[in-house]
Amino acid sequence: MPKPIQSIERASAILRLLSGRTRRLSLAEVAGELGLPKGTVYGIMRTLLSVGFVEQDPESGKYRMGAALLHLGSSYLDGNELRTRALNWADWLAARANESVRLGTLHDGHVLLVHHVFRPDNSPQVLEVGALLPMHATAMGKVLLAYHPYLTEELGTGSLQRFTTCTITDPKLLAIELEQVREQGWAASLEELIEGETSLAAPIRDRQGAAVGAIAISGPTERLCDDAQPRNELVSYVREGARTISRDLGAVPW
Amino acid sequence: MNGEYIAAIDQGTSSSRCLVFDLQGRIVSLSQKEHEQIFPRPGWVEHDPREILRNVIEVVHGALDTGGITLRDLVAVGIANQRETTVVWDPHTGEPVYNAIVWQDTRTDSLCRKLGAEHGQDRFRDRCGLPLATYFSGPKVSWLLDSAPGLRHRAEQGDLLFGTMDSWLVWNLTGRHVTDVTNASRTMLMNLETLDWDDVLLDAFGVPRAMLPEIQPSSKIYGEAGDSLGGVPIAAALGDQQAALFGQTCFSAGEAKCTYGTGSFLLLNTGSRPVLSGHGLLTTVGSKIGDEPATYALEGSIAVTGALVQWFRDKVGLIGSAPEVETLARTVDDNGGIYFVPAFSGLFAPHWRGDARGVIAGLTGYVTKGHLARAVLEATAWQTREVVDAMNADSGIAMSSLKADGGMTANNLLMQFLADVLGVPVVRPNVAETVSLGAAYAAGLAVGFWPDVESLRANWHKAAEWVPKMDQAERDRGYRKWKKAVQRSLDWVDDDD
Repeated sequence: MPKPIQSIERASAILRLLSGRTRRLSLAEVAGELGLPKGTVYGIMRTLLSVGFVEQDPESGKYRMGAALLHLGSSYLDGNELRTRALNWADWLAARANESVRLGTLHDGHVLLVHHVFRPDNSPQVLEVGALLPMHATAMGKVLLAYHPYLTEELGTGSLQRFTTCTITDPKLLAIELEQVREQGWAASLEELIEGETSLAAPIRDRQGAAVGAIAISGPTERLCDDAQPRNELVSYVREGARTISRDLGAVPW
Repeated sequence: MNGEYIAAIDQGTSSSRCLVFDLQGRIVSLSQKEHEQIFPRPGWVEHDPREILRNVIEVVHGALDTGGITLRDLVAVGIANQRETTVVWDPHTGEPVYNAIVWQDTRTDSLCRKLGAEHGQDRFRDRCGLPLATYFSGPKVSWLLDSAPGLRHRAEQGDLLFGTMDSWLVWNLTGRHVTDVTNASRTMLMNLETLDWDDVLLDAFGVPRAMLPEIQPSSKIYGEAGDSLGGVPIAAALGDQQAALFGQTCFSAGEAKCTYGTGSFLLLNTGSRPVLSGHGLLTTVGSKIGDEPATYALEGSIAVTGALVQWFRDKVGLIGSAPEVETLARTVDDNGGIYFVPAFSGLFAPHWRGDARGVIAGLTGYVTKGHLARAVLEATAWQTREVVDAMNADSGIAMSSLKADGGMTANNLLMQFLADVLGVPVVRPNVAETVSLGAAYAAGLAVGFWPDVESLRANWHKAAEWVPKMDQAERDRGYRKWKKAVQRSLDWVDDDD
């Protein structure tokens, strides 16, 4: 076997280090952790930056994993691909729950709506595909945040935008809720984005088990909840829909 | 009746699928398997009928497994199939004598031109509703019987059987040699009025009656499937586009749908009488439910729509998957001035020009792969515009919205562009799999799972709607360029091709 290429070995070590941390690291921190001279790390870091595998925060100068690497790996799925694969099951969920269905993916710190199925009551509705929704105030957003911890960093420590009296604006409270989302495998937004509207979401996982998207039903709180709690039946439909789509994407059944 | 489910087999051009539905017409499970597209030479397209049969049985079992149900839970099975594709087999051995010749195949071009030499392409249209074109089964059977010595003789003795894919499947599953009226109406061998094989047509194509299946209604128990499918009743067969018309609950005259798959097919229910088109559309049978009178339809058939995306993926390699075409197309704002006329099998409706072949017009150094992807998608929309215009002219009524279904409705860019170039809203139903749903409905009616067609209307719900946003001037300009590109695709094939 030919001798391993040292700079690639070192680049891998840098990437592993960055992927294991939720907060950004400075050049000095990276060099210190790996026991390498700062100059050496600097050179490799510049190249990793230029190919998009690493990103640098313009204000602090600190580094983190780049979007291009994430896209190479398991936690990105083209929205059009997701919609096509999920089409029949999104329709199924809309029919079963008798509510509108939405599919969302991560995009620039928001939830990008990649698919929208009307509530099957033939009432006038408008297609919302392409809309960007806030992560902290939607069920889909909470699901995606819960399964991508490094994103929570980006929300910062300051107050989150308020949409209704119910919106969670304290990042610490959000973190507690996200812990619960991870535990129970689904999320709810109880009138946190729009007055009177509740949504329930579950994660869509790919072959590697990463959450590549979220599927949700939305509707009036009085239909989706009993005594201010999401109806179990509806939660199970959403989870079943998410599981079926995940299975079609190659995820191990769970 | 102990079962709660109906299964539908959608034996399509690219793949075979089985979908299981419940009483509310909701999908319970689905399984799909692609089969090989065989291109022995340019313009020739074949499938292996044995591979298709194996796949069909496999996907039925697959759908049952996924849904956690068994054959005993099924009340009936309905079949929807790719139309016109022609199989000839030996009933004693069960073996086909040749691959299935697919509807897109153009090898019968010179035969069609020869038959139309004296009286023109519309020579048989008042009998069967169809122009002379490579599309239909009659010329394909004729070619096949001439392709090797002794075949025609064996056919005359009844030692060779002909069928479209519904017949091939039903014969293998139940032993009965039948076809339904909608499939028969695509052969160019059946009379539209009598709904029986027509001796004048059989004579013209040299097809012996002895090899033909018995023509049956679309919704009726044909027989019970043997061991492979545990005795389940096979209770419907419909050409896939007619199944989609049924699945979209277009039960009355004036109701229409367009299915977007490998090809795209606009069908309008014209009621209990056949209507001849003056604008390049086909007259075909819509369905026949048991003993009720048949309903007829006008059809605008577009040969290459989704197939163009698949070609772009498999042969050109600029996209890794079909949905990626939308991603690539969205990297640019418009088509960069190019128009792609995918006349891979000549032009079907409304032009019916077997001499046309594919063309990309308007190329300059500015054009990128994003523009190509855009033009690939726009081709579907412009071709739809042409058949909608023809349909409006034939029916005398302007369509107020388009009911769309099929796999390509997942492509939002395409659906929006479609609404833009048609100038009317495009609507998708909940259950994009209307082909399978229609076959399930027809089978369910035959066994009493559903009481009547009116009860099925309640299952139709709007799942999405795209509203036109393009201004008239831009639409007109684009259409003008499209029509120029179509002109450039004509007069390509020569006698020595």
